[in-house]
Amino acid sequence: MKKLWKGNEAVAEAAIAAGCRCFFGYPITPQNEIPEYMSWRLKEVGGHFVQAESEVSAINMVYGAAGAGARAMTSSSSPGVSLKQEGISYIAGAEVPCVVMNMMRAGPGLGGIQPGQSDYFQATKGGGHGDYRLLVYAPASVQEAADLTYKAFFRADYYRNPVMILGDGMLGQMMEPAEIPAAIDPAALPAKPWAAGGRNGGVQRVINSIFMNPDTLEEHNRELTRKYEDMAKNEVLFEHYRTQDAQVVLVAYGIVARICKAAVDALRAEGIKAGLFRPITLFPFAYGELAKLGNGAAQKFVSVELSCGQLIEDVKLGLYDCEKRPQVGIFARVGGNVMKPEDVVAYVKEGRLSASWIK
Amino acid sequence: MNQIVVSGFGGQGVLSLGLLLSYTAMKENRNTSFLPSYGPEMRGGTANCSVVISEKEVASPVISRPDILVAFNEPSLARFLPAVAEGGRVFVDADTTDERYTSLANVTAVPLGRLCGAYHKGQNIAMFGAVLLCTGMRYESGEEAVRQTFARKPQFLEDNLRCLQAGYAWAQKAGL
Repeated sequence: MKKLWKGNEAVAEAAIAAGCRCFFGYPITPQNEIPEYMSWRLKEVGGHFVQAESEVSAINMVYGAAGAGARAMTSSSSPGVSLKQEGISYIAGAEVPCVVMNMMRAGPGLGGIQPGQSDYFQATKGGGHGDYRLLVYAPASVQEAADLTYKAFFRADYYRNPVMILGDGMLGQMMEPAEIPAAIDPAALPAKPWAAGGRNGGVQRVINSIFMNPDTLEEHNRELTRKYEDMAKNEVLFEHYRTQDAQVVLVAYGIVARICKAAVDALRAEGIKAGLFRPITLFPFAYGELAKLGNGAAQKFVSVELSCGQLIEDVKLGLYDCEKRPQVGIFARVGGNVMKPEDVVAYVKEGRLSASWIK
Repeated sequence: MNQIVVSGFGGQGVLSLGLLLSYTAMKENRNTSFLPSYGPEMRGGTANCSVVISEKEVASPVISRPDILVAFNEPSLARFLPAVAEGGRVFVDADTTDERYTSLANVTAVPLGRLCGAYHKGQNIAMFGAVLLCTGMRYESGEEAVRQTFARKPQFLEDNLRCLQAGYAWAQKAGL
């Protein structure tokens, strides 16, 4: 049944529905409703909630619990997610599945507490040290946030890789009608033959990310790369909105895509052929799908983002091989400010594509 | 479609009013989004929220031009009045709003003090009643939303239902 859910609470309940029974976190605005909800809700379902002494500690608790085979997660917001990066790299290196939420706020540094999308590079290009990737979902509504959180636990287990939900303060704080996916019984999930869960009849299972022999580590890197290439083949998600005959295509993810949707409708009402392309997975990115648009009717692409020019790099990569060489520009608000639909409309109508967000 | 901005000081029931509108919209089987301001402004400063109510899927929860503005104080009017859409309506409290605003053609000044009497806490609910009529949603759905909101504080329900009724009836009488 549909209920009015706050984004942060919907993702928490969706995680529990997906069998998550371990949550470790440390408070930070604007995602505090996630640990707050988990603190009482996990108790009800026989799970475990720990408010750790720091983000570093919390992500390592996730490493431990997930390494023992439990479905585990942590959540934070930008500065806190930076603190978790070392742990995320270890978890990716050790091939342990888990879910990490980032309800982004504006940066850099401590930044502000209002919404931002400035962790795009961090989320999609590795974040921590070493060669690794996360599967990254960028929901645009409370319903999608719940659905993708639920899905994240299954994909994490499938790839034995951390999955990141990249939301923002606005998505976390807003309320919309949503239905949480049906709950599964975590006890009924298939056993994880690699997990160090104890009671293995004396067989030792090791969870580690250290490989001192270069050849062994290279082989490990090869396996990881194979996994990321599989993701790129099989996990790409995106949405087209009125792009079929669009001459101007807005590219945006998360809450900004919603703002762009309204902008597209307003532009269309004025006879301007605009459309929206919304990547739902940010890694893997829908390069191929974007290229199709670039080879079609679209002549102009606008990366609309709450960052100073991050998403635009993937937009340019996607269009790199297009013979018609469509133009690419950026429209951004940062610092915690969020553009309104009419701001996007005005930018498109002006017709000039800016190479930099400050011009 | 309604695009509603509710704004005022923290503690005036601004967010509750917005939430009630979204709850009511759900009961009317409409699509809705409720977007609150968050952070230090909620603690003593100004608070505001944006509510979209739509037959279709809600595109942007961020509102460019509200067609309904509910402003509980003058800073809110200064900030949001210029953005109000053509033909849009502005709701203010008759007792606490300056005449240079209440005299404007698109401003409706609701006598919240008179409608609520001694029960000052119900002023946002009376305002909700007046706005409810303006959205075209049914009174019963609004009442259900109020009942749901006070489900865990039944001792406040009767007073608030009285304020809701007063606000709605006042708006009907005023011909909104």
